[in-house]
Amino acid sequence: MPERFREDLFEPDRKELSESPAYRFDLDRRQWIAIAGAGLLVTAAGRVVFSPGVAGAEIPPSTRLHLGEDGSITVLTGKVEVGQGSRTEILQAAAEELRVAPEALRVMLADTAVTPDDGSTAGSRTTPSTVPVVRRTCAAAREMLVRAAAETWNLNASQLRVESGAVVHADKRLAYADLARSKRLTSADDDSAPKGVPLTEIDDWTILGRALLKTKAREIVTGAHRYPSDIVRPNMLYGAVLRPPSYGAQLESVDLTHGEELGAVAIRDGGFVGCAAKTSYEARNAVKAIGKSAKWRIAPHPSSEGLGAYLKGRAQISGGGRRGPRRREHGDVDSVLAAAKTLKASYEIPFVQHAPMEPRAAVAEWDERNLTVWTGTQRPFGVREQLMEAFRLTAEQARVIVPDTGGGFGGKHTGEVAIEAARLAKAAGKPVSLCWTREEEFAWAYFRPAAAFEVRAGLSGEKIVAWDFTAYNPGTAGIETPYAVPNVRTQYFPCDSPLREGSYRGIGATGNNFAREVFMDELAGAAGLDPLEFRLANHNDERLTNVLRAAADRFGWSPGQSAGQNRGTGIAAGFEKGSYIAICAQVRDEGERIEVERLVSAFECGAIINPRNLQAQVEGCVIQGLGAAMSEEIRFEGGQLLNGSFSQYPVPRFRDIPPMETVLLDRPDIESAGAGETPIIAVAPALANAVFAATGQRMRSLPLRLHAA
Amino acid sequence: MARFAVNVNHEELSTESPPDRPLLDVLREDFGLIGTKYGCGEGQCRACTVLIDDQPRASCLTPISNVDGKSVTTIEGLASDDQLTKVQQAFIDADAAQCGYCTAGMIVEATALLKRNPEPSRSEILDAMNPHLCRCCGYRNILASVELAAASSEASDA
Ligand code: FES
Ligand code: FES
Repeated sequence: MPERFREDLFEPDRKELSESPAYRFDLDRRQWIAIAGAGLLVTAAGRVVFSPGVAGAEIPPSTRLHLGEDGSITVLTGKVEVGQGSRTEILQAAAEELRVAPEALRVMLADTAVTPDDGSTAGSRTTPSTVPVVRRTCAAAREMLVRAAAETWNLNASQLRVESGAVVHADKRLAYADLARSKRLTSADDDSAPKGVPLTEIDDWTILGRALLKTKAREIVTGAHRYPSDIVRPNMLYGAVLRPPSYGAQLESVDLTHGEELGAVAIRDGGFVGCAAKTSYEARNAVKAIGKSAKWRIAPHPSSEGLGAYLKGRAQISGGGRRGPRRREHGDVDSVLAAAKTLKASYEIPFVQHAPMEPRAAVAEWDERNLTVWTGTQRPFGVREQLMEAFRLTAEQARVIVPDTGGGFGGKHTGEVAIEAARLAKAAGKPVSLCWTREEEFAWAYFRPAAAFEVRAGLSGEKIVAWDFTAYNPGTAGIETPYAVPNVRTQYFPCDSPLREGSYRGIGATGNNFAREVFMDELAGAAGLDPLEFRLANHNDERLTNVLRAAADRFGWSPGQSAGQNRGTGIAAGFEKGSYIAICAQVRDEGERIEVERLVSAFECGAIINPRNLQAQVEGCVIQGLGAAMSEEIRFEGGQLLNGSFSQYPVPRFRDIPPMETVLLDRPDIESAGAGETPIIAVAPALANAVFAATGQRMRSLPLRLHAA
Repeated sequence: MARFAVNVNHEELSTESPPDRPLLDVLREDFGLIGTKYGCGEGQCRACTVLIDDQPRASCLTPISNVDGKSVTTIEGLASDDQLTKVQQAFIDADAAQCGYCTAGMIVEATALLKRNPEPSRSEILDAMNPHLCRCCGYRNILASVELAAASSEASDA
């Protein structure tokens, strides 16, 4: 029996975003009454052979499986694909349990009208939560098919085998499609699915565990795949939205006729002003023309200079709730600290932007009171709720479809673009496509929170005896130390943030682990130990030891090593969301700048489901972390971003990628966890520690910068 | 407004448009060729790369009036019939796409590179590809794809 996945490790980060709608529009009373009075609901669906979860807890209602009489097999889940590989992984899980070739299956993701609500695609949940449910669902279906065949042939189910989409006995075969047509299986429709059907043992996996290629690769390389920004509907117009000149600015007046004169549909609803026209060029011009007439009330807004102090001054110290402060304590931190050799330090991280390659996009289409929106979001059902609230719709009236999207990284949890497109479509009486510009995506999407940290610890010999960690605003993921310390106090205070904040790869764990792992280096120095030895001496988590040793071995780490003139090496590790990362880095001090010369990562997330996708996720995550460590930082002043474009906000490019090695540790005895987030959390501290080794300068804020000599 | 005629993927197409409208918009909105992507509109990401008279160009920075009478090749125009090009196949085989949004621009660039330089060095590949952003940071697999495509053209030429 593999080690069970620990749900308690998955408390959602307090900064995990679930926002209320950005706009509230005036109620269209006439339509509202017509709808509220109407009682007719037509639900048309394919023939769902069974709908798990309806009858019990054995199979939660988050996966559906449809076996068509035509032989088609469709798995439906509410997860989305934003490049992390969920589609392929779900396909592998279903194919494995149904004993069919992956090509024989279709995976349908995130359409609120047909797929079950699977929450948001966040927190690395697809692998530990959705994949097992897909497997249980498909295993139960397999069992139902076998029972139906057994009944048909008047045999005992144990005499039958299942292979390549059919139930087989001697020379007799019944294809799934034949069984789907049979009366026997139909009669099982309303029954609960069979309980406790064993899942395929890992030693017997033939499809899971394999380096399957991305299922949509062909559509992608030929340009055929339609991302949310590529959806085209009949008679569709293109939209554009008027943005305030600065954060917090309130619209006082505006003259829409300047836009209408250019042939655009122009609309104002509260603070929302937008245009729709035959081309996006016309829509943008119409918005520009209208913008010239707009009068705004400007609000004061702070600067990104001195952000750490700003946040600490606006910490929410008391109060509770899911988003409030949090404090955990065990042992007697204060008296142990008073007696021990102590060290303390402060750290800071800035706001960063996800900047997925595809900016937010949505196509909205109204049919009477029914709204359909195609959009790129990681929370399809959450966005449907936002639409329902903004337009006073019932769940049946609002449908959100998420085509595989051009990147997310935790940055696409909100529905603002969907709401805007829907408002424009309503005004135009035609479908509207709204694609945010890069400038809009930088300024008006939300950010990874900026944060500040105060850390104190007490040492006794080579052991940490007390640990006192206070985090202002990063979020709570990764806030608890994975090291074994007898006296620990961890405090988290959310702060009144000057910018919109939300999820990000690893969210809170990026800052929490940066502060902790740099401080661990400082403590190692104070204890007179090699940073690797110090870490190993201060925990008893076998999995943490394994990644640390694997990274160090591959890197060629040796205590007291000297990487040579102006060079330094650093190490950092972390544990988050059921997976472990350790990274060794080597840098060179170039005077003006820091050159990253080498990165070696070791990662372990339990049993590997798809080594190829895992490698890509870990590498991509590490490189994204390289950007956040070395160059990414949102700056603002007077309510405006100072660097809201790719020319001013440098993200990693081909030439920035150092020589990299990735060691993937497979643990077939441990249930698989996700991999798209955790690798990022060790990058910045490993680099910061390497910079210290090279220069003697402690790096306590991001991005890493050498202090002036 | 004026009429512009462009040969797109070996087809004569024309559109009525203001002269300064970006080629990217015309391709996507007038011609329905949505394979070419918008990523920044300022020449910084190259997701919008197309071939104009065989040269890779950022279509977001190219006014439609600049391509009047010229030929444009987009990602949709690379494969003939159902036969993928070596570069496209290599991008599949070396798993170059995560979200795949940058892929069209990368493939078009690599295609142009290998045409003018069938055996590029690592550094020549980096020079050609460096203007392209992949925010999924799949750079290593993309690089491997270009090298694989170069190697496979070599093999088939031999
Ligand atoms: S969209 Fe053309 S370079 Fe970014
Ligand atoms: S694969 Fe997502 S941007 Fe390159």
